[in-house]
Amino acid sequence: MKPGHGEVLIAEGDVERAEDEQRLIEEFRRQLDAGLWAAVPVADHGGRRESIMVRSFEEIPSDADRVIFFPRAAGGR
Amino acid sequence: MVLALAATALVALALLSDLIVPRIDDIWSRWRARRQRTPTWSYDPGRERRAEQRARALLRSCVNEEEWAMYRDLGFLRVWGTLADGPDDAGGTGGAPYAYVIYPHRPILAYLAQTHRLLNEYCVTFPDETRPYGSSRLPDSDDVLAKWMALTGDERRLISTANMHLPGRQLDPAQVRRDLWRLSQWERARMRDAAGGDGTPRPGDRQGAA
Repeated sequence: MKPGHGEVLIAEGDVERAEDEQRLIEEFRRQLDAGLWAAVPVADHGGRRESIMVRSFEEIPSDADRVIFFPRAAGGR
Repeated sequence: MVLALAATALVALALLSDLIVPRIDDIWSRWRARRQRTPTWSYDPGRERRAEQRARALLRSCVNEEEWAMYRDLGFLRVWGTLADGPDDAGGTGGAPYAYVIYPHRPILAYLAQTHRLLNEYCVTFPDETRPYGSSRLPDSDDVLAKWMALTGDERRLISTANMHLPGRQLDPAQVRRDLWRLSQWERARMRDAAGGDGTPRPGDRQGAA
């Protein structure tokens, strides 16, 4: 998510392929190092949607099709 | 004579240097800053509209159909709270169900689902300090999605990050109550539609309208 732009595709690949996975891991770390939060939207069996906040690449569910990065929350006025 | 004048001038300059040098330095810095080309982003309504369209598409792909319709029709989202005794600092809900109302770029508001009693306002922002187009502010629907993800993903963390205020500080309580009433009417209408539009109440109608 970017101000003035909205959704931006950062990286894509297949985690089954080693070189793709390595690239995705590096990009994931780069985004978190930049101070962003990462979330994975998921659906349960009842159709309810929620998200999982992930702090490491290993926490991403294996069936996740995307990770959304967004600016970290701060207390507002 | 000239030598004496020159020596006097040098001594005077040396004595005044503490006053003069910072001033000259300041003037030089200001002059350089004025000459420097800084990137400026003028407000482009087309760019902002395209950003909002992308943000809406992303939000729609993340929330379920009911939540998307709620945001589209009413302009806000409701997220159910999951903490056993309500959000921190709310004085405890005694186990009563509670929820949050998420408005774009406004505080998150917690309320008791059955009585519509307003609990607290939680002021939270998601500033992007890289300011890619001169602003740190996300598009409206991205702001709503960020709040939705943070609340459904880690409610306690988001609430502890936010600045808590009593209801009425930024959001007009009367307006919020009207919105909650609109939400209940909207849910009743959806249930009627789902039941075939004959107005026959279905089990759970009362609960769904809370």
